[in-house]
Amino acid sequence: MKKMSVKTVVAIGIGAALFFVLGKISIPTPVPNTYVSLQYAIQAVFAGLFGPIAGLVIGLIGHALVDFTAYGPWWSWIIASGVFGLLTGLFLGKLDLESGEFGKKQIILFNVSQLIAHVICWGLVAPVLDIVIYNEPLEKLFAQGLTAGIVNAITTGVVGTILLVAYAKTRTKKGSLNKE
Amino acid sequence: MAQPIIEFKNFGFQYDAQAEPTLYNIDLAIQPGERVLIAGPSGSGKSTIASCINGLIPFSYPGRCTGSLTVDGVDAPNASIFELSKHVGTVLQDPDGQFIGLTVGEDIAFALENQCVAQPEMKQTVERVARLVDVENLLEQEPHALSGGQKQRVSLAGVMVDDVKVLLFDEPLANLDPAAGKQTIELIDQVQQKTGATVIIIEHRLEDVLWRSVDRIVLMGEGRILADTTPEALLAGNQLAENGIREPLYITALKYAGVSLEAEKKPAHVDTLRLTEQDKAAVRTWYQQTVARPQAPAAAPLLEVKDLCFGYSEGVTNLRDVSFTLNEGDMVSIVGRNGAGKSTLAKLICGFETPRSGSVWLNGRNLEGDTIKERAAHIGYVMQNPNQMISQSLIFDEVALGLRTAKLPEDEVERRVNEALTICGLYPFRKWPVSALSFGQKKRVTIASVLVMQPKVLILDEPTAGQDFRHYTEIMEFLRSLNQKGYTVIMVTHDMHLMLEYTSRALVFNQSRMIGDLTPAELLCDSTLVEQAALKETSLFTLAQKCGIQPPEAFVQHFIDYDREVRDKWQTV
Amino acid sequence: MANSLILSYLPRGSVVHKLTGTTKLIVFLLFSVATMVTYDTRVLVVFLVMSLAIFKISRVHYRDVKLILWMAFVFLLLNNLFVYLFKPEYGVEIYQSRTLLVQLIGPYTITAQQLFYHLNMTLKVVVVIPLALVFILCTDPSEFAASLASIGVSYRIGYAVALALRYIPDVQRDYHNINQAQQARGVDISGKDKLMDRLKGSANILLPLILGSLNRIEVISNAMELRGFGKNKRRTWYAKRPFATRDRVVLILGAVIAIGSLIFTFWDGSRYYNPFI
Ligand SMILES: Nc1ncnc2c1ncn2[C@@H]1O[C@H](COP(=O)(O)OP(=O)(O)OP(=O)(O)O)[C@@H](O)[C@H]1O
Ligand SMILES: Nc1ncnc2c1ncn2[C@@H]1O[C@H](COP(=O)(O)OP(=O)(O)OP(=O)(O)O)[C@@H](O)[C@H]1O
Ligand SMILES: [Mg+2]
Ligand SMILES: [Mg+2]
Repeated sequence: MKKMSVKTVVAIGIGAALFFVLGKISIPTPVPNTYVSLQYAIQAVFAGLFGPIAGLVIGLIGHALVDFTAYGPWWSWIIASGVFGLLTGLFLGKLDLESGEFGKKQIILFNVSQLIAHVICWGLVAPVLDIVIYNEPLEKLFAQGLTAGIVNAITTGVVGTILLVAYAKTRTKKGSLNKE
Repeated sequence: MAQPIIEFKNFGFQYDAQAEPTLYNIDLAIQPGERVLIAGPSGSGKSTIASCINGLIPFSYPGRCTGSLTVDGVDAPNASIFELSKHVGTVLQDPDGQFIGLTVGEDIAFALENQCVAQPEMKQTVERVARLVDVENLLEQEPHALSGGQKQRVSLAGVMVDDVKVLLFDEPLANLDPAAGKQTIELIDQVQQKTGATVIIIEHRLEDVLWRSVDRIVLMGEGRILADTTPEALLAGNQLAENGIREPLYITALKYAGVSLEAEKKPAHVDTLRLTEQDKAAVRTWYQQTVARPQAPAAAPLLEVKDLCFGYSEGVTNLRDVSFTLNEGDMVSIVGRNGAGKSTLAKLICGFETPRSGSVWLNGRNLEGDTIKERAAHIGYVMQNPNQMISQSLIFDEVALGLRTAKLPEDEVERRVNEALTICGLYPFRKWPVSALSFGQKKRVTIASVLVMQPKVLILDEPTAGQDFRHYTEIMEFLRSLNQKGYTVIMVTHDMHLMLEYTSRALVFNQSRMIGDLTPAELLCDSTLVEQAALKETSLFTLAQKCGIQPPEAFVQHFIDYDREVRDKWQTV
Repeated sequence: MANSLILSYLPRGSVVHKLTGTTKLIVFLLFSVATMVTYDTRVLVVFLVMSLAIFKISRVHYRDVKLILWMAFVFLLLNNLFVYLFKPEYGVEIYQSRTLLVQLIGPYTITAQQLFYHLNMTLKVVVVIPLALVFILCTDPSEFAASLASIGVSYRIGYAVALALRYIPDVQRDYHNINQAQQARGVDISGKDKLMDRLKGSANILLPLILGSLNRIEVISNAMELRGFGKNKRRTWYAKRPFATRDRVVLILGAVIAIGSLIFTFWDGSRYYNPFI
């Protein structure tokens, strides 16, 4: 494996801190007992900017910190959070965010990637691990995974897209600017 | 002459992202043990020079170097950043970015950890260095428990563990209260004397750096060296003022009085300044001149703060029994030590936090129960860090945000936004992304975004931090013009010059209490208050004493009024 | 803000505090894995007793963690409720026998097997809670980062954890400030707006937070590079504590108990303890 750059190390640290802080803040949705999880939007953006490994480790550290400072680790979900970053990072690998291009094509790519990643994580990884570790009934786990997946995918989609579009705009080349 | 420790020979540099070089034909030789100050307007390439010396260029910032640069015998542009870090220790401007350890001890040890030094030896070195900068009792502390000045000391210790020969400081005084700034300069001086290291300081707070002597000042402008000479020679001439660097106030006063400043008079420091009887007489004559003192019209009370108490968490009190009244059209500064509660007061006024007891009144109405949003219609708050306020990518959208969320018709929004942008001198940039602006311009964007809401009261937290003198003057003159249009302006600041020159009243804070409410001239001549609030006496005070002028407050006030008149004339031309 | 929900290190100097971070981490992971694997009630009960004993020794008090325990209680209650709603006779499937206690409406019955299954499931979570609390409250964060490196995690990851812990308070304060600044301009994400508006509002807060963070990443990585981070394959740690005899004893004890519990669990070839057959 290639040595991780210092910038990636720092990005993981700060990304995990962001994940933690946002994971502790819940914005209620109209559906009772479900909350918007903004942390996945940030994680997706960081995975796009710093790569799949950063995405993976941000999810693992961030989610583990959230759980440890609450009431103990729920390992299956921690791993699922990590896998989400890994997958999003892999899918987004070809996206060149630094170039300032973030048009329709990229928006679609981003949303499809994050959707697939969420489906795999909450529809497959988390429930399967839950069955192995905690042996809870299948139906409950998939229902739970589905709700979490949908809510997370909507949040990541809406918020992540706004963030990336805005971020791409900040990348404009200086030479292209004229006073009028 | 000894071999120079740093030598630029016909050196140039161009960032890959830039169309033009940032540095041209730099020829500069620095001798071992020298203390050099690099000054120059914002964007003139000072930090770029620093990055060449410590190896961030080309390691972190790719670009093309021409000519040669040797640092302690190392061919810098072709060496690794790790190799250079053994010779050069860098203290960055942002103490929070530089402080990476979880505790003071770890942060100081960081470089040693990376060199795989064994733990017992590491602990010894950390203790030795901590003693040198006087933080040995804080080794277990976490960063947020330290004051700005203490963090700065820790940063210094962190680079000194390496026995480096060159110490490089990029704006070490930004964000420090005046007393902490003074201590930092004294500390750098002490360390230099103990270790004999070469010290390079980049800073535009010239008067503060000159509190301890430097051997040379290098003046930069647009990527070139404009002057490379002793402080005496530079202060005697007009090159500083011409290049937008603020001269020390006593120098300006002496120049107003028509005193000529040759190097023999040792003008680099107000205490060493040698004035002839003639010079002193000239200053006294100047002092006798009458200048029109703008009289503030008696105005109605606007904002009243009554017995305000507040704490961020239980058992902690961050603000205690604060009461004062501001009148319509006032321009006031709030000053005091780092962590005294100044920003907290601003937040309470704006409803960001809820007071434990006490109340805030506007126009005779108690604001209790009003939300942040409702208060924002009357009281605009420009936070210290513009990056925390800006949430849109384009300047126009950013300024329009508040109006749009209030669901105003779009043509009305456009009219008001354009008006605000024009006032702030940003109209030509309205279609630019915010990220293309400099820090000072961003600050003005945030001011514009608050102005569009047409608040009666404007609170600005550190409006001029990190700005060079030209931008400083731009922002402050603009605020003054707003004030003359009837806005009430409150400024939280560490800049004593700003307080003296632009405000008529100062509220002084220390350890969560308000300990004074008086004119800036009176404040800076009151040594007890100055010490309690971690401020700094003005050099004008010393000058007045040297020339036997009593009372010094009156001399300071005379200077302000005279200066005002000179500037107003300047503006109208 | 949510400060009261965030636990942090309490330096109280108990035996547990004196163990190195490495020891605590390994023992915690061993216990964690063992409880994940086993479904044997006898093992879980023994673990619970040990876990509570460690909590007692560690000088963490009930009042330090009251709020968290209540949250955990609510979480467990809901989780049990959901499981029951979806599969009221899941226990019957697992334990291959059916002892009907009460017949409720439709498929909803109460069987001894279901109750036993709920007991085990809950125990599996409950056992870890006191240990996790002890771990987080008795481990110095500085030392924790160092201990990660000593169990074979790359020091870069170890340092990333340290950075996360270092910058959480800063990020929190930034978030708080940005949120308030947006409220002053009429953007509100906690109010009664529609979900879409709220999401857009939160993007207004996240953008400055991300841009500020990217800037911070640049400053910090420069500062770290200037001080030689990443130069060598290894690094030493200022906050690391030497291994003492008590660490070795605890480690061996932990390993023996964990392995013992697994052998005991799988003695009969199943991870369940089935008292019904
Ligand atoms: N990383 C970079 N990439 C491209 N251009 C840069 C970079 N850093 C600085 N510049 C450009 O180089 C010029 C000089 O910048 P520098 O930071 O050296 O100025 P400075 O004198 O330190 O100013 P200040 O007082 O504001 O810190 C500026 O015009 C800036 O736009
Ligand atoms: N969000 C917060 N939560 C808890 N404590 C805080 C918070 N913000 C500030 N404080 C504490 O309140 C005290 C006063 O802080 P405040 O920011 O008002 O100081 P200040 O006078 O503005 O200082 P400076 O000159 O450094 O800006 C400090 O001790 C600070 O640590
Ligand atoms: Mg600079
Ligand atoms: Mg402040």
